[in-house]
Amino acid sequence: MISARLLALALGLSLAAPIHAQTKDWQAVLDEARGQNVFWHAWGGDARTNAFIEWVSAQTSQRYGVTVTQVKLSDTAEAVTRVLSEKAAGRDEGGAVDLIWINGPNFLAMKEQGLLHGPFVADLPNARYLDLSPEAPASVDFTVPVEGMESPWRLARFVFVHDSERAPEPPRSMAEFVTWAEANPGRMTHPAVSNFMGATFLKQALVELAPDPAMLQEPATPETFETATAPLWEWYDALRPNLWREGRTLPENQGVQQQLLNDGEIDIAMSFDPASTAAAIAEGLLPDTARVFVTEGGMIGNVSFVAIPYNAANKAGAKVVADFLISPEAQAHMQDITVLGSFSVLDPARLDAEAQALFDALPTAEALPRLEDLGPTLLEPHASWMTLLTEEWSRRYTQ
Amino acid sequence: MSLILEHVTITRPDGAKLIRGLTLNVAPGSVTTVMGPSGIGKSTLLDAIAGSLAPGFALSGRITLNGRDLTALPPERRRIGLMFQDALLFPHLSLAGNLAFGLDPRIRGRAARAQAVDEALAEAGLAGLGLRDPATLSGGQRARAALMRTLLAAPEALLLDEPFGKLDMSLRDEIQRFVFDHAAARGVPVLLVSHDPQDAAAAGGPVVALA
Amino acid sequence: MRAVPALLLAALVAPVVLGLWQTGRAAFGIMPALGRETPSLEPWRQLFALPGLGGSIRLSLVSGLGAAILSLLIALALVQALQGRLSAARAARWLAPFLAVPHAALAIGMAFLLAPSGWIARALAPLMDWTRPPGAASVNDPWGMALMLGLMVKEIPFLMLVILAALGQVPLARIMAMGRALGYGPGAVWLRLVLPAIWPMLRLPFWVVLVYSVSNVDMAIILGPANPPVLGVAVTRWFVSPDLAMILPASAGAILQAGLAGAVIAAAWGAERLAARLGPAWLARGGRGPAGAPGWMAGAVLRLAAMAGLVLMAAGLLAMAALAIWSLAFRWPFPLILPEAWSLNAWSMTAPGWRRALMTSVLLAGTTASLSLALAVAWLQAAPARMRAEWLILLPLLVPQIGFLHGLNVVFLRAGLQADLLAVGMGQMLFVFPYVLLSLSGPWRAVDPRLMRTAAALGAGPWRRLVAVRLPVLLRPLLTAWAIGIAVSVAQYLPTLYLGAGRVATLTTEAVTLASGSDRRVSGVYASLQALVPLLAYACAFVIPAWWHRDRRALAGAFR
Repeated sequence: MISARLLALALGLSLAAPIHAQTKDWQAVLDEARGQNVFWHAWGGDARTNAFIEWVSAQTSQRYGVTVTQVKLSDTAEAVTRVLSEKAAGRDEGGAVDLIWINGPNFLAMKEQGLLHGPFVADLPNARYLDLSPEAPASVDFTVPVEGMESPWRLARFVFVHDSERAPEPPRSMAEFVTWAEANPGRMTHPAVSNFMGATFLKQALVELAPDPAMLQEPATPETFETATAPLWEWYDALRPNLWREGRTLPENQGVQQQLLNDGEIDIAMSFDPASTAAAIAEGLLPDTARVFVTEGGMIGNVSFVAIPYNAANKAGAKVVADFLISPEAQAHMQDITVLGSFSVLDPARLDAEAQALFDALPTAEALPRLEDLGPTLLEPHASWMTLLTEEWSRRYTQ
Repeated sequence: MSLILEHVTITRPDGAKLIRGLTLNVAPGSVTTVMGPSGIGKSTLLDAIAGSLAPGFALSGRITLNGRDLTALPPERRRIGLMFQDALLFPHLSLAGNLAFGLDPRIRGRAARAQAVDEALAEAGLAGLGLRDPATLSGGQRARAALMRTLLAAPEALLLDEPFGKLDMSLRDEIQRFVFDHAAARGVPVLLVSHDPQDAAAAGGPVVALA
Repeated sequence: MRAVPALLLAALVAPVVLGLWQTGRAAFGIMPALGRETPSLEPWRQLFALPGLGGSIRLSLVSGLGAAILSLLIALALVQALQGRLSAARAARWLAPFLAVPHAALAIGMAFLLAPSGWIARALAPLMDWTRPPGAASVNDPWGMALMLGLMVKEIPFLMLVILAALGQVPLARIMAMGRALGYGPGAVWLRLVLPAIWPMLRLPFWVVLVYSVSNVDMAIILGPANPPVLGVAVTRWFVSPDLAMILPASAGAILQAGLAGAVIAAAWGAERLAARLGPAWLARGGRGPAGAPGWMAGAVLRLAAMAGLVLMAAGLLAMAALAIWSLAFRWPFPLILPEAWSLNAWSMTAPGWRRALMTSVLLAGTTASLSLALAVAWLQAAPARMRAEWLILLPLLVPQIGFLHGLNVVFLRAGLQADLLAVGMGQMLFVFPYVLLSLSGPWRAVDPRLMRTAAALGAGPWRRLVAVRLPVLLRPLLTAWAIGIAVSVAQYLPTLYLGAGRVATLTTEAVTLASGSDRRVSGVYASLQALVPLLAYACAFVIPAWWHRDRRALAGAFR
């Protein structure tokens, strides 16, 4: 009995020893963070996400004495611009932005301009639940290596939504959208391409239609861009005349598009959140007959991150919030269909039984797809493709 | 003791002279009438004496009242009462409030002030109307109230700017009498500006014609 | 005291000029944070190479000029049609809801009214046998028509008030009687005699309307076309593009927007000069139209415009009602006229958010409006009756916000100002103070100067004259000016966004952000609140003086 306890103690000590230094550093962060108010700049167009951030603030203030104020953006780039104008004005500390919900081109821009603080992710205690191997989804953002400069917090999977009553047979591939729209003119659209969701619709088609999808993982050059996108523009030219309002006007973002689906103006919408459809039905934001569908080849997926600007006034507080976001409790709460319904970014293999139980206890809903229904996850092309796609699209289709 | 103007000249902003070297002596209890066509500067003269000359106008010469040189004093310290064609009762105050506004601050205490106002109201035939809205009074009542308000401030001179112009004939005699009698009784010098010879006749004092 | 106007003018003009200067530097390639140190024309080349720039400029000009000119015509027609039936005070009461409701809130409501799935389409659905919304582009249309309608609903009431105030300064009844006795119809008298008499008083307000129309952002985001958008929206988008280097062409775009506003004002001025040159000859011809129907053409146009105006006002009221109903809906599918299910969810779920935004808005509005009122009183006490430089207070309203706010933000940061309530409040003062001063100066100067001289003759010094006579007599205009200040502050979108770094969340920034979200019910909550705050302020401005002066016939009158 005694020997067993000694053994356990010895084991525990040997395990704890390397962690001990880290715990001590983290304690310093916690001490510094106490009393800080973290300004989290996050897209504010989704009331559920906003409510989730309110919940995060309540939790972190109770646990660590750190409050969170969401700065609701209509576009993440607003926060990037803000940090840049602070740099322009020589304000290298005490900046207004503490934490940004970020990914893709915005991350690339900030990283390239040296506007980020870090690397900090490995120092977060809850990072032990993440798969941080170089190829893992949480280590690459649009093929750009994260290198610890941003911490994951929610999983995004591109999915389509259709009204199963008005449009019972949705297209099964991106190519089929053309024939579907021909048969149902004016009944679908996509968000403006300047919007993340609109650009993703084009990228989804690009991944499926490009002669050699592998070249999309490399930075685009004028030559590769032309070769890879030729079939895409052909496809889009065929699709466009049968879009809602002949494609001359596009909804500002997916929120407006979802509203159009709810109003019955269109039959197909899209989302970055497989659970959002079930949640929207429960909230009266979509008809009961709305369902998620995916194309056969799989859909683009990416991870949403949080990053800390180089001049943030409350870096310690921001780290505490980033750490809390990847705790099993926060992730399970987030995955709750009645809360956000976003899939967790944690590696299931690293969860202990207690953490696993939190996820198993979550409620389900009829319109909530199972993970296996969603098919394979396609990688985001390199961030340069999105910038070029957006520019080329504006050049071709702006009157 | 009287209102004395010595070599008063008023220059307009454009340099033209409105009044040239006017000298006047208004004796206590007497009414001097200044007459002349419109635009000759009658009202400007009263503004100069009251201290409210518009910016840009320049005054030279000397104005004294009971030996005090007025030229440099702000209007509120000249102790000169003003009456216009309109009664100009303060629209936000009751009749009594209007009278109390003018009442000499040397009369102190709520009761003493209220009594002074009541007496003035009675003197003007307005007894019991103290709480009335000025807008509900008749023209004659308003004119009398305006004079009482002016007198309660214990002015040392009165300036009247065509004060009877808007009154109809039946009322006119009554108000003229009321004003001149009260001024005479208090022995203050009165300067009346008018273009109506009938006003001058009723005033009975010297007449100065501006031209 | 004498220095007050000069100091205030400097405080209003300097931020605009400094902001423009900063923006201008970036427009010519100087942006040290991006490592650009040498002046160049590259940003302009980039700007003109951007797709859709020509379309954006054309849209801004067409929708902006169209809305401003039609608003002026309709406002004149409505005032003319209601003349005699509508006193300035009563009109102010009727028009208050339109003046009070912020642009963004109205736009959100109008969007629902006009959309293919909106109220109008729902009302027509049973007649037309629609089970799905019709495929018409009735909002965000590529021609900017919906945007024009939205702008007009806001601008017609503003111009009507300005016209009514101006009419108070001319002997309207006598001009009308004289003109008609000479054989001119009422419309003809208006055009030939009344309009020239009041135009000097309408000129600057009309210019403000012109500039706002060609450069507005918040209304255009919600009602305007998306691809290409109007110039203001396009520039705002470029400013927040993920590609940081876009700030340079975006700054050039902001300067272009300012130039566009300048060009439009110059055109309006030119048209006015032309009319002044040709007018006398036209008037001297003495044309009275065909015998028997004097001025029937002018009459018909005016009647048509007045009808259109009434329809637009009704649409505005419906739009405001739609906001409130959406905030109380649970599901409201096409083609139901009223929601299928009701719920307070939208209010309760967002309560922490809207309470905070409401507090911030009320705090900002209360402070800026009250401070502006105090400063306006100080200005009017100190300023000579007519100051030549007075038009300069309108400078912040005559330069498009997008032209100087980005630069001003940099200036604020350099000066060490935190992006907080103080910075936003200071920024908002640039827009609140001019409106408060403009609204107060008319009534202030209309106080009979003899009343103040009488008070002085009764021994009241300057302070007592102000506190015991002028302010009480002006209680209603003071409160009205204050309410206008509240409405202007609550409605500010870009200044709050730029100078508050988005950290200062007001009802308006939240409403515009949420309008781009999926939940119209939540937008309804914020937009309703956004409209409610200024409406309450206006209600105070009517009720408090009416109660205070309840026994004073010359000053009460809100309820008569």
